[in-house]
Amino acid sequence: MAYKLRIRFSKYAHMIFIGHLDLMRYFQKAIRRAEIDISYSAGFSPHQIMSFAQPLGVGVYSRGEYMDISAESLTSSAQAKDALNAVMAEGVDILSVKLLPEGAKNSMASIVAASYTVTFREGCMPPFDLAETIEGFMAPPTIMMEKETKKGTRSIDLKEHIFELRTGDEPGSLYMLLDASSGGNIKPSLVYEQICSYAGHTPGKFDLLVRREDMFTTDPDAPERFVSLDSIGSDY
Amino acid sequence: MRKLALSDEILLTVDKPARYIGGEIGSIMKDKNKINIRFAMCFPDVYEIGMSHLGIQILYEMLNRMEDVWCERLYSPWTDLDAIMRKKNIPLFALESQDNVRDFDFIGFTLQYEMCYTNILQVLDLAGIPFLAKDRGPEAPIIIGGGPCSYNPEPIADFFDLFYIGEGETRYEELMDLYRKHRGLNPDNPGKDPAEDRSGFDKMAFLREAACLPGFYCPAFYEVSYHEDGRIASFAPTQEGIPAAIQKELVTDLDNAPYPTAPVIPFIRVTQDRMTLEIMRGCIRGCRFCQAGQLYKPLREKSVERLKEYAIKLMKHTGHEEISLSSLSSSDYSKLPELLDFLMEECSKKHVNIALPSLRIDAFSLDVMNKVQDVKKSSLTFAPEAGSQRMRDVINKGLTVEDILGGAREAFLGGWNKVKLYFMLGLPGETEEDIRGIAELANEIAKLYYDTVPKEQRKGKIQITVSTSFFVPKPFTPFQWAPMDPPESFLDKARICMDAVKSQLNQKSIKYNWHEADTSMMEGVFARGDRRLSAVILKAYQKGCFYDAWSEYYHHDVWLECFREEGIDPDFYTIRRREDDEILPWDFISCGVTKSFLLREWHKAQEGMVSPNCRAGCQGCGAASYQVGVCPKRS
Repeated sequence: MAYKLRIRFSKYAHMIFIGHLDLMRYFQKAIRRAEIDISYSAGFSPHQIMSFAQPLGVGVYSRGEYMDISAESLTSSAQAKDALNAVMAEGVDILSVKLLPEGAKNSMASIVAASYTVTFREGCMPPFDLAETIEGFMAPPTIMMEKETKKGTRSIDLKEHIFELRTGDEPGSLYMLLDASSGGNIKPSLVYEQICSYAGHTPGKFDLLVRREDMFTTDPDAPERFVSLDSIGSDY
Repeated sequence: MRKLALSDEILLTVDKPARYIGGEIGSIMKDKNKINIRFAMCFPDVYEIGMSHLGIQILYEMLNRMEDVWCERLYSPWTDLDAIMRKKNIPLFALESQDNVRDFDFIGFTLQYEMCYTNILQVLDLAGIPFLAKDRGPEAPIIIGGGPCSYNPEPIADFFDLFYIGEGETRYEELMDLYRKHRGLNPDNPGKDPAEDRSGFDKMAFLREAACLPGFYCPAFYEVSYHEDGRIASFAPTQEGIPAAIQKELVTDLDNAPYPTAPVIPFIRVTQDRMTLEIMRGCIRGCRFCQAGQLYKPLREKSVERLKEYAIKLMKHTGHEEISLSSLSSSDYSKLPELLDFLMEECSKKHVNIALPSLRIDAFSLDVMNKVQDVKKSSLTFAPEAGSQRMRDVINKGLTVEDILGGAREAFLGGWNKVKLYFMLGLPGETEEDIRGIAELANEIAKLYYDTVPKEQRKGKIQITVSTSFFVPKPFTPFQWAPMDPPESFLDKARICMDAVKSQLNQKSIKYNWHEADTSMMEGVFARGDRRLSAVILKAYQKGCFYDAWSEYYHHDVWLECFREEGIDPDFYTIRRREDDEILPWDFISCGVTKSFLLREWHKAQEGMVSPNCRAGCQGCGAASYQVGVCPKRS
């Protein structure tokens, strides 16, 4: 029987320029180098059983990326984490390796929300007061907008997809907790564009520095509305 | 944390930013304060091509083993970034340090194909380095070229300070020693900033001594005079003590030569995205069109023990999902069955695929292919190179119709039904009959399939792909004297071949592709060109030509215009037949095989006579002077 492991990792420095497919290839090689006993599919060109919670856009930093893998045998959380960190390139750190309980849904299927810290590149701070503007922006009962999807545009109430929006702990930053479900995923840049549009400001294409902080699912037994994907598994 | 040379805005604007950020697993970082010599090793093409090249990885490994030398990688920025760098005046940088390469001590260019020449100028231009060696003072990096095209370096002689003739593993240590001496650098007490003032550096004195090291050629110390008809009248050193001839350098102990078992692993998918295990160097086959076959003589095998060790290390250090054997003719490796057995066992444990190089199709290779590939998806590859036996004898391709049909029959019985066939058009003395032979051979293979495999066992139709390229005569081959076909005749020949394919009974099973003729012509000009072409190349670059190896960026009309403006007739280098006694631009290089041997082979070709391979009977080519490998030992 195979074991399900959840790996949390960060992405920073030059690695933010590595796209999702290349990051998958990077991890496939890293897992071989770290000699993790990953499960393979059958057939002439077997591939590793591996899935990611959600792709991260090119240029976006993260402290909370998740990848689930299937393993044939176990050592320990600490051993696996150290072995992987020993073969990482600068710009990706393995933060935790946890064993998922039997029957746990994989991260891709269970993700419902993601949190972000948004800061501004030098000289790209918006001309308006962040706290005041957000308050005004979030005041109406609905925030209707046209969202572009693969099938054309559709009208959505953005407010339904914003679970939390406030100024961040770092000065001049924003904290966003947004819908990350497969049907309702919202990017922080979209929220910022809407805030700007509300404030009558035209943002630049590269104004934002976005860092994904964590990804969340729901747990009916937990008191919080959202629980971190990291808290589903446990050390082994 | 490394600071990148390009801003986030630029990196998020260009295609594949990972081409420019470095930081890959296996890339080597060094402390600048402990370095004497900064070396940028450049493959003048896009990252994905350059990163696929084993030679650069070998030299990268070798140079970085020298403690006070830091060798970094450098590739041509793709056209999108090129435009941004020009517009914003961003200087070209090496991948590891992200520092401007103009401040480096050396830039080495590997010259793998002629059509990359304008990209050398692109790299110099973006770095802010003068194009011509004579315009570069002591402050500029030493520009050095190596690789197959350096066996006729003359068309790009004006751009280079030095060329390295031969296999790179042997003489760089001496060159670095010489450079340290002339710059007053102490290897035991490094840390002199190479970017600092080099005005005290007597570059010419350094080059003069370098030109006397084995394997190095400094074009500035040689003078060429020409006959009125354009042929070379003389080629000689201009100074006392500069050698009149340069002897090719060759690794005599491959087992103990530097080899990268922890190579750089690209983040993005590159052309050769796998582990490469070089099993031997050189080739016993004497195909008369093949330059590599002559340049790397004699054949030297690595021991199977060493190869097993390398394979294990490569798998451990890279994590690649595929391994490939590299050599000119892997079927000739004497311990191939032992090596493949070992690899099949180790690779299946580690879920690593084995990519088979073009092995000779026989019972052994089919058995191996059957074990490591999905027969349904894989295809058989034959490279008969010529369609008729007569023509195959002329080119000394030791492959008969019986070999091909015998291999194909076994393969069809084993379940294969895809065949790829590679040929050349425009071989010396080619007739229409030889061309039609290509189509006839393809038809025969198709017929064999239907005769061999009973209807109920067939998994679909046979699929035969015939590809032809245009023959380009290369220096140091018996065909270096041969006239090359003009582009018009190439296209006529492709049409004849196409018509012949169409007239075959099994034409529906045969797909025919041919190569473009214009680039082949230009490749032919530069392959056998002389020094006068430097001016044309510079002019073409200044008119916007680069990435000529990419057909979408190749502008034949601009090139022709540059030839006209420089008063140089490109046909002089291609369609003209050279007499046996003509002084060829590359005659000052001795590549191991003698000119008299090549001439003998040229004459035998014209008589349609074949020569046996090195193992079957030594032909006295001259490579035995290296006293290594397959050559008979002197008593």
